[in-house]
This record gives sequence, structure tokens and C-alpha cells, in this order.
Amino acid sequence: MIIPDGDLWVEGQETLGEHLERRGVSRRRFLEFCGAVAGVLAAGPLAAGRASAAPSAQVIAQTLESMTKPVLVWLQLQECTGCMESVLRSGDTTVEELILNLVSMEYNELIMAAAGTAADEALAAANEQDHILVVNGSIPLAEDGAYLTIAGRSGESILRESAENATAIFAVGACAHWGCVQASRPNPTGAVGVDAIITDKPVVNIAGCPPVPEVITASLVYTLANGAPPPVDGQGRPLFAYSERIHDFCPKRGRYDAGQFVRTFDDAAARNGYCLYEVGCRGPNTFAPCPIIRWNLAQDWPIGAGHPCIGCTEVGFYDRFTPFYEVLPNLGVPGTGVEADATTVGLVGLAAVGVGVAAHAGVTAINERRASKAAEHVYLPLVGDLPTKERPLDSAGETGPTSGAPPGSPSAAPPNASSGPDTSTKEGDQ
Amino acid sequence: MSERVVIDPVTRIEGHLRIEVLADGEEITEAWSQTTQFKGVELVVQNRDPRDVWAFTQRICGVCTVVHAIASVRAVEDALDYPVPKAADLIRYLVLGSQMVQDHVIHFYHLHALDFVNVANVPNADVAAAAAAAAELEPKYALNSLNRFQAVQDQVSALLDSGQLSIFTNGYWDHPDYRLPAEIDLIGVSHYLDALAWQRDIIRINTIFGGKNPHPNFLVGGMASAINMDNEITINQVKLNTVQGLITKTLDFVENVYLPDVVAILGAYADYLDIGRSSPSFLALGKGGYSCAGEPSPPDGFRPGVILDGKFEVVDFDQDKLLEYVTSGWYRYSEDSEAGLQPWVGETIPDYTGPKPPYEWLADNDKYTWSKAPRYDGRPMQVGPLARVLSAYIQGDPETVDDVEPLLRQLGASPEQLNSTAGRILCRAVEAVQMARELQRVFDRLVQGIKAGDVATFNPDKWEKSTWPAESKGVGYAEVARGNLSHWVRITDGKVSNYQCVVPSTWNSSGRALGERGPYEEALVPHPLVRPEQPLEPLRTIHSFDPCQSCGIHVLDVTGNEVAWAKVQ
Repeated sequence: MIIPDGDLWVEGQETLGEHLERRGVSRRRFLEFCGAVAGVLAAGPLAAGRASAAPSAQVIAQTLESMTKPVLVWLQLQECTGCMESVLRSGDTTVEELILNLVSMEYNELIMAAAGTAADEALAAANEQDHILVVNGSIPLAEDGAYLTIAGRSGESILRESAENATAIFAVGACAHWGCVQASRPNPTGAVGVDAIITDKPVVNIAGCPPVPEVITASLVYTLANGAPPPVDGQGRPLFAYSERIHDFCPKRGRYDAGQFVRTFDDAAARNGYCLYEVGCRGPNTFAPCPIIRWNLAQDWPIGAGHPCIGCTEVGFYDRFTPFYEVLPNLGVPGTGVEADATTVGLVGLAAVGVGVAAHAGVTAINERRASKAAEHVYLPLVGDLPTKERPLDSAGETGPTSGAPPGSPSAAPPNASSGPDTSTKEGDQ
Repeated sequence: MSERVVIDPVTRIEGHLRIEVLADGEEITEAWSQTTQFKGVELVVQNRDPRDVWAFTQRICGVCTVVHAIASVRAVEDALDYPVPKAADLIRYLVLGSQMVQDHVIHFYHLHALDFVNVANVPNADVAAAAAAAAELEPKYALNSLNRFQAVQDQVSALLDSGQLSIFTNGYWDHPDYRLPAEIDLIGVSHYLDALAWQRDIIRINTIFGGKNPHPNFLVGGMASAINMDNEITINQVKLNTVQGLITKTLDFVENVYLPDVVAILGAYADYLDIGRSSPSFLALGKGGYSCAGEPSPPDGFRPGVILDGKFEVVDFDQDKLLEYVTSGWYRYSEDSEAGLQPWVGETIPDYTGPKPPYEWLADNDKYTWSKAPRYDGRPMQVGPLARVLSAYIQGDPETVDDVEPLLRQLGASPEQLNSTAGRILCRAVEAVQMARELQRVFDRLVQGIKAGDVATFNPDKWEKSTWPAESKGVGYAEVARGNLSHWVRITDGKVSNYQCVVPSTWNSSGRALGERGPYEEALVPHPLVRPEQPLEPLRTIHSFDPCQSCGIHVLDVTGNEVAWAKVQ
């Protein structure tokens, strides 16, 4: 994930520090901003007791001040614009801060002033320079790309052109990550994620449908500050945002361990704010920063507002995690503090029971993963298996069965769950 | 000799839209509206659990983010004859309504204003004069201060001086038809920035009830956010206080900033009351934010209906007269592709017949868009804030008459002139104000209900599949930011067996059918276009519809990919 010479930026006549000063941004305000960024970056590691992993506000400030504004190309391919809307919601590092002070965003269809030929020319000019590339949206490969054209060109050709001189590439949102809803069975348009197309450069996947706003902006600021994108896990997701399972930092975790479950929406347990595991929560299998950073100026988050997590940061969640309201199979022994006790339970022989093997081994591996620095995630048994990386349109029927264990039935727990689906060997990420 | 002009990408919209026109002199003489993206979400929801479908269809659009979830849960509830508790209904309105008001504001400032407001003119403004003008125009808005305007001017000036123009790169800043005084340009840009901060804040109404935005959570049978005034986690007094505070801020901004800004800007562009006139028929089943399971029956006397052929009367809506055509879209029907299909029996078989990309020109082909063409009783219909406000005005809705008439007088316009680029912009702002007031009324009803013990947010009676009929069908309607939306579902043995969305931007952006242009196309013929390389004028008119093209995507049938899907099962 290190950019070869570490030097991302176009040479300019002034540093970013001079630039901000000239723009009337006070040093105090700038440092406040850096402090806010540091706070977001630290949220994940802090929660996991690794505060030292995050850069300090001073380091961010020093680094930012020495730069000129990099060019940003922000494509929207086959998508719903929810990811750009998420950027509009980012607090602290706001969208206006980003596009007016930190970078020069010279192409983005949602908010750029120019249209048509003038927009197309702006894109071509930006593509000629070194630039950071952000992509929202998937790339539909069927019908020679006719399911998405911009200026008469296919999404694939636009992506390839913009990637050529890109110094860092961010696939922001589930569509750009792996294809999202339109890539779910039967994937009518042959939609794929960015790293299925761009295989000669690292692609950072900012997962989620959409991602938490501050994770998107912090990923960019981290890159500005460090000259390289943030370190990532086996799926290309930044460690500062996707290292921890929702289940491990869920404020309802105590209710889970105590066996206090909502059985039906709005029952007495729901009105006491109990755990949503039994109405389908995917938090136990979802790596995401939602409970730590929370949403919309930290107002709340999905589980906090009473709805189970649907696991939108995970590849294939529309196929693997549905039906959404059926309980995750075989998590272990709800109500007995399984996560804390599983190793012990396993030692005394519960591992002999098939289902127990999966739960126990998964939990053990999670504990091992916590103890190590390895950037890998271990998943518990799933409602469905991980999908194959590429599912061409015409072979949906053939590839379906491997990714299509009958949703929701306990037998859907993959037999290999004892080691967890090995997400670290994803194609294109070697 | 006509000149071919292509606008692609049409930016500052949701999704991917291409406009091809023929221009003669300084006038557009023919136009084609072309949606250039297809996602196939309706194919993907086939055979899924109907309770899950809202989370799929919601991802049709992340700008209107709430609407395809609401329409979906309403359709499923209609199919299952599944009543929803009163508090859940009120909460749904609060989520949809707050998102719609926010959406209208974002549309005006961030997606539309730069068609009228010249950023490059901001350094020329006399800041003191701008502050004085703003104080007169918007006396109740606290951020209209000299200091604020000075800071914004400095920031814009420095950006322009740097040569790195960011999102303003290649804008049409030297176009002769930017007309505002520099002081109004400065106020406009300042409010552009203010609105960014405002929308981040007030959208927290979505977060409190739906957990996040974009893409808040919904639930068939109610809402998941339980109410318990004696619990720390559920909806309680703390959260209700936050919602009240946000509603106050919402109303304050739209009443004291957004609407006055719109009137001030349109005052300088009053000829747009006669530009952008489009199809003379309109569909509106309620005021903005209204949604229902099954046939519409809005409260407060609004008559759900249609306005036909420019005749100022509201005629009852008949859903059997709603047909969709594929004569200009890249689809075929299994029997007769020339015929229209009612959504209950609708089908979509994508059938791309256009040129292989890259291509230069599409309009030589009969088929040129991924949008189907909905027609009501054979007519293209305009949907959206204009249709709703016009319908309410014609019906004599007191609030609407009170809101609209002073504005018409101020702009020197007739009600007929609302069918125009300026009229669509004005009606959207009027609707935002009306909906902000309605948010307060609905919130008051919620609070009164809670006080009376009306705290149920979910009805468990029809949740289990065992309670469902073997076969059922349902429709959910919603009057959302861009117009009338309907979702049509068939459920067989507990799974979706057919799903169709008839979407506002499909109504408005559709191509030709039955020999008539769709509403975008109609609005552009004739239309001024002074500089073909800087198509500022047609962008004003297209943006006045608030395009949302990801929504223009379609349904399923019993052939093709669905067979592959069936194998998976």
C-alpha cells in the first residue's frame, strides 16, 4: 500500500500552509481541524487500545502545511449517489473544507459547475495530471458497457483512463467495492467493483452502503498527511475504520451476553433497548466503525435506533445476509457470554459438536487476531458463503450455487467456517 | 441548418442523463432525453423475502434515499393487508418529510443555483451593500452578517486567484446570461455554504428514527425505533427535544432564507416564467410527503387526481389508466412491444439496441434511453412540486392559496405561468416551507399521542409468513421530492414474484411515446441556447425538474435472468 516514492503531489508555487494562511484560515482553526481529523483516525485504534497507531494532530498539521493542493478526480459510475450524499454529511472534515481548502476536486458530477463538454474536458485535463482518484459506483461489464455510459463512453473505459495517472485510488462504497445491490443475484448488468478492473495498482476499499461520512473524508486526509493511503485489511479496507466487529463495540453487547433479546420489534425488550440479535442483527459478522464513530454528527447509529445491522460493509451482504430478519445461525451459545467463554468451552470438548466447532473456532481465531497485528478478519459462520469474486452475467446460474446456500437455514453454515472464509486472498489484492 | 448539440454528462443531478438537441440560430428546435444507466434492481428483488425488499429498492437512489423504502413497505403492507400503528405512520412522515425538505434545499443551492449565481462575480461584490441587501431581503436570518459575507468573499477570491478552481473548474462564468448583481451572487454563494452545514444538522431527524442517513432503516409493519419515555436508549424526551429543535431550524431556514433567495433570484430571471413550459398534464395524489398503502385517500380534503391538457380542474385518478411504454426505451415486451402495460402486469426485458460505446449520437434511433415512458390516459404527465402545488392551488387549498398568491403578485405571474422553469423552482420552495410546517404539526400529533399512551411503533400481527395469503398483490404510493412514486409488488408463497417501480424521474424524463415527447423534451422545445458550447440555458430548465436518473430503471419478467436466479434457489 505504499506509493513508490511517497510523493503524491503536484508541485506548486506555495505550500498548503501558506495557501491556508493566505485564504485567511487561522492557524488555530487549522490546528482544530487537524485535531478533529486525528480524533476520527484514532477512533478505531483507540477503541482497540492501540492509540499510538494514529497520527497526532501535530503530525497531521505539519504534513498538511507543507503541501500544495492535490488534484482530486471523483467518479460516479453505476451507483445511487448515496456515497456523495454521505460525504455531504461529514462533520469536522466537511465537504466544503475538503473541496475548497484541502484538494482541488476538478471532476465530480454531483456538485461540479460545468456540464457536458466542459465537464468532459475538465476530466481529461485532470486525468493528465497526477491525481487522487475516488470512485463511487460499480462497473457494468455486460452489453459492452452499455448499461452505463458517460459522454458516450463506457464506465470501464472512463475508470481505466482516470486510473492511469492516479497516485492513489479509493473505491468508496459497496458498489465500487464489490458491486452492491446491482451485483447481487442475478447481477443483471454484470456489475463488478473497481479492483476487478484496476489490478495493477492498489485500491483502497472504503466499505459500506454508504460508508460512514467521516471515514471517507478521513481516508483522504490520512493520505494527504502521510503521502500514502492508510493501511488496509485483506479486503483493502482501512484498518482505522474496519478492524473491529460491530458486535465487539456494540453498546448492547452486555444485553447479548446476558441473553436479553428483542424477540419481536416493539416488544417489551425492544422498549428496554435490548439486543437485536434474534431479530436478525448482522453485527456479529460485520466489521464496521458504526458504533464507534456513529452517524450524522455522532447522533446515533442503526442499532441504536432499534433496527438490526444489515452488514452493509461486508462483501455480498444482499445475498449472504438475507433474509435480513432471520437470526444468524450458529453464533454460539447466546446468553451465556459465548465470546468470552468459547475458548474454555471448546477446551472441555464442545468442539466435537459440529455447529460448536464453527462457532468456537471462529471465536478463537478472533481472539488470536486481536492478539496479533495481522490485518485479517475472521468471520463467524454465515447465512451464506462469500461470493466468488467475479460473477459474469451469463454464468450467474453456474456460480450461483457456491454463493447461494439456502439463506437462513442452519445448514448454510459453511463447512470451512472453522478457519473462516479467507478474505485475505481476494483476487487482485495479492 | 441545424446543429447537433450534446450535453453529457448533465451534471448536478442524481444519476446519469444525456440530452441531445438540435439547435438553429440561438434556439433549440428538437430535444431527446436519454437516461444512460440501468441497474436492474427490480430483477434483483425477485424471489426475495418481501420484508427485505425496502433495503434493496432504497439503494435505487441515495439522494432521495428514503422514498423507495417507504413506497416498498407501503406496497408490501397493502399486499398483506397489514395495518401500521399510528405512531409509526407519524414517524415515517417525519423521516420522509425532513429528508424531502433537506433534499429540496440541497437541490436548489448545490445542484441548481450555479445556473443562476456566478461564483466568478463574487469578488466584485461590495460586501457592505450585500449585507444591507440581505438584511432587507432576509431580516430574520442571523448569518447574514458583514463578517460572514467578507469571509466568504475572501475565500472565493483566494480560490479563484489560486488557479485551482476545484468544483468550479470550467464553469460558464463568462456566459453573457449570468445576470445577478455581484452582491446577490455573494449572498447566494454564502448561503450555498450555509446550506451545507444546515443539511448536515437537520438530517439528524432521520438518524434518530432510522439510525443513519443516507439510507435510514425502515420496517414492514411499522418502524423499528421503539418509544419508551422512561428508557435511555429508545425514543425518549431527550430525542424528542432534539427532533423539535431540528424542526425549528428546518422551518427557520426554508422560510427565512431558501424561499426569499428563490424569489430574489427569479426576480432577475423572470423570463423563465415563459421558458421551459412543458407537458400540460399533471399527476399529484397528495401534498409533498404523503404516502399510502393501496388507493390514495389523503387527509385534509386533498383530492388525489390529475390535471389534464392544461384545463385547470382536478380529475379523479384511476390507476388502470397508468401504462408504461417501451417504444423509446431499450426494453421489449414479451408480447407486443408497441403496447403499454399497466404495472400489475408490467414487465421489463432489457434489450439494448443502441450503438456500442463509445458513441457520438443516439437520437437517430427510435430507442435512445434506459427510461421507460409512463403515460396516464395516453398523456405524458409532469410530476413533482409543481404538480402538487398546482393541484392544491386549483382545489383551493387555503394554505396553498395563501402561500402562492403573494408570490405570483410579487413576480407578476399568472398561475398558468407556473408551468415553466421558474414555476417549478418556485413551487419546490413553497412546498419546502409547507412541509416544514407540516413536520411541526405531525410532530405535535406524535407527542400528543405518546402522552395519551399511543406508543406502539410496530404491529406484529402479519409479520410471520404463516399469516400471509398464498398469493397477493399491493401498491404503495408516495409523493416524494421529485414527484409521484409507486411500487407494485406481487407476493407468491412468501416471496416476491413481481416487482415494479413507477418513478417520478421516469414520468418526467421519459422519451417519446404515442408520438409525444416526454416532459423534459417538451420543456426544451423551443428553448434559448445562445452558446452551444456553454449550454447554460437548457441546464436551467432540466435542473428545474430536479433529475434523479438512477430512479429511471426497471422491472422484471419471467424470462432471461430470472431463470438463472431460479436455479440458484
